[in-house]
Amino acid sequence: MIQIYKLIAVIFPFLLQSQEIEKNYVQDLPIDGFSLEMVYIPNGSFDMGKDSTKSMDYSPSNKIELSPFWISKYEITWDIYQLFMDQTNFDEKENFERADFIDEIDGISGPTTPYVDMSFGMGKKDFPAVNMTHYAASKFCEWLSSKTGYYYRLPTEAEWEYACSEDMDNLIINDYSWNSSNSEGKYQKVGQKKPNSFGLHDMLGNVAEWTADVYEKNTYKKRRKKNPFKSGDSKYPRVIRGGSWEDNPSNLRSYYRDFSTKDLQKRDPQIPKSLWWNTDAPNIGFRIVRPLNNESEKLKRMFWNYSD
Amino acid sequence: MNKESRRNFVKKTAVLSTATLATTLPVDAFANVTENKKLKISLVGCGGRGSGAIVQAMEADDNVEIISMADVFSDRIEKSLKGIREHFGNKKKINLKEKNIFVGFDSYKKAIDLCDVVILATPPGFRPLHFEYAIDNGKHVFMEKPLATDATGVRRVLKSAQKAKEQKLNVVVGLQRHYQNKYLDLYEKVKSGAIGKIVSGQVYWNDGGVWTNNRKANQTELEYQMRNWYYFNWICGDHILEQHIHNIDVANWFIGDYPKSAQGMGGREVRNGKDHGHIYDHHFVEFTYPSGQIISSQCRHQKGTESRVDEVFQGSRGTVTLGKGEISSLDGSSIYKYPISSSKDANPYQVEHDKLFASIREGGEINDAFNGAKSTLAAIMGRMATYTGQKITWDQIMNSKEDLVPDNLDWNSPPPIMPNGDGRYDVPIPGITKFI
Repeated sequence: MIQIYKLIAVIFPFLLQSQEIEKNYVQDLPIDGFSLEMVYIPNGSFDMGKDSTKSMDYSPSNKIELSPFWISKYEITWDIYQLFMDQTNFDEKENFERADFIDEIDGISGPTTPYVDMSFGMGKKDFPAVNMTHYAASKFCEWLSSKTGYYYRLPTEAEWEYACSEDMDNLIINDYSWNSSNSEGKYQKVGQKKPNSFGLHDMLGNVAEWTADVYEKNTYKKRRKKNPFKSGDSKYPRVIRGGSWEDNPSNLRSYYRDFSTKDLQKRDPQIPKSLWWNTDAPNIGFRIVRPLNNESEKLKRMFWNYSD
Repeated sequence: MNKESRRNFVKKTAVLSTATLATTLPVDAFANVTENKKLKISLVGCGGRGSGAIVQAMEADDNVEIISMADVFSDRIEKSLKGIREHFGNKKKINLKEKNIFVGFDSYKKAIDLCDVVILATPPGFRPLHFEYAIDNGKHVFMEKPLATDATGVRRVLKSAQKAKEQKLNVVVGLQRHYQNKYLDLYEKVKSGAIGKIVSGQVYWNDGGVWTNNRKANQTELEYQMRNWYYFNWICGDHILEQHIHNIDVANWFIGDYPKSAQGMGGREVRNGKDHGHIYDHHFVEFTYPSGQIISSQCRHQKGTESRVDEVFQGSRGTVTLGKGEISSLDGSSIYKYPISSSKDANPYQVEHDKLFASIREGGEINDAFNGAKSTLAAIMGRMATYTGQKITWDQIMNSKEDLVPDNLDWNSPPPIMPNGDGRYDVPIPGITKFI
């Protein structure tokens, strides 16, 4: 069998490449035993947003065409995020009393972060990472790219909505999501609820997810068409999608848009506020994307550093 | 809390306290009322926390201005100003005059001279000196914990606290749990008997530790120590004091007294590099209180170990766990849970300043300095117990002659502690280190 593949590889290299590449795969991580499952999302078009007679930020809907990409099957867990934290200099030269915020929910602490437990005691192993800033999540992608040789970044808002799929809005929400009616006031281990039609878990609920885009209320009025992405160099507001364990089930919709504000660092007692940690975002995590087509160095820097 | 509700809160408190004042205080108590005056604020110590505090002060009261900033390092002032300006954006202009920016060991004097309210947020070793000067000059104060690094400093703070009381000056100390709704709510419940009389407790600050600032080639020894201050006792007081004071202070608050003795153990097992000065990375202390309560206090700065920052007290009828905001019966079943999640509740760092400025405006008197000084001393007592390996009593520590911080420091002064030949510092050794 292997011999046949080798033969094909010699004669039709492009054939093998496309077969190998355009499917789900497992990304091994630099530390033994850790990996990320990536799900292939083929190119396609969809209605982004939803038409409404009221002035809503998700209206009017836009017919959007998207290039193919992979997206992580699960929200990034603490186990994975920890690898990044262990290898990155999180030392901010500031006496930030982060531990003051570990008073939310009692629970059994799993493996802790090098500095302080930002899970607020909600659990670590197989639980989604939270409380990282948008910048930190972007830097995670850069770190992962440098470690694996593949290009990873946060999903654009459009990619996220497409991957969520509007089917989700018509399903029995509690079968597919952790929300305020079933989460018992905390996030839950990833992948326990049914997957969506692409095979992705927890797109709605559990933790809300960072996307790469800068939030703009009127974006959809611009009738964007292909691979839209609103870049910018500001910390706020960035688009957050999917809702979380804190949200009422009726607030979990594939097209609902939320965004970050200063309030996510409300209880950070220092100025300047931490580059890496939010103090008031125990419901916001992220997942990652790898575009099939290569993107320019300029765009990569935009995704990772907020500026080219 | 959003801005609007905070305003309402301040207004309500103001009405209430004025009514109380009118019936209980003599007329001259109103001498300090500054109802409509623009209040000038100075910041002494422009690190991350000081910069955060002055922003909170600006948000607590509309009619205030930053009049002056002081630090030993000019780069800290620049960074601080930049952060403050970025925080406010176009919403508030910071018109700080260049001539009112003071750099150096004596910069605090000039900054304090210019203000009505001063924020003291340098490392704690300098607090007694700065607080004394502020009170001697009739200023209201917000100051960060802890209030000193040795008993000599604590006694000095207590003296100034008394003066502040006599002059009816407001002094808020950054032990912000006293301004956190969850703690206040549970304190009231415990006080009214929800768990019976407290008999024991456990207080924790266990986490991975803080930053280091490595030595740079062109630094003098004194500058290095000032930059890497967390690891030098004369400036920091060790983490049992610098951070764990929060939790020890909650024990004092809930029990309503200060420990009569301490004994314990500690050392540096993991964090023991050249850039880690001479402080310990763990302490475990047993505090005994005058009416018999025993509090186990643990603090640890070791990466990769379990984190916990919490206070738990057992009473004759139940347990209160402050972290999760819960009261339970002795068998562990939940009786009461504080209903608001911390991220949705008022920000205690903001409430501190809301209360301070409301009190200044209405001629009220808040004086947290006595408790702040005594909780500082309790933590120092714990430190001296682990350093010496001996039992230390409250009377002993109150009369301790230890005096770590020289007055009148300048850049030519010899640092109070010097490294050995191998670039390390003498670390306290239980059984050998003597109580002073």
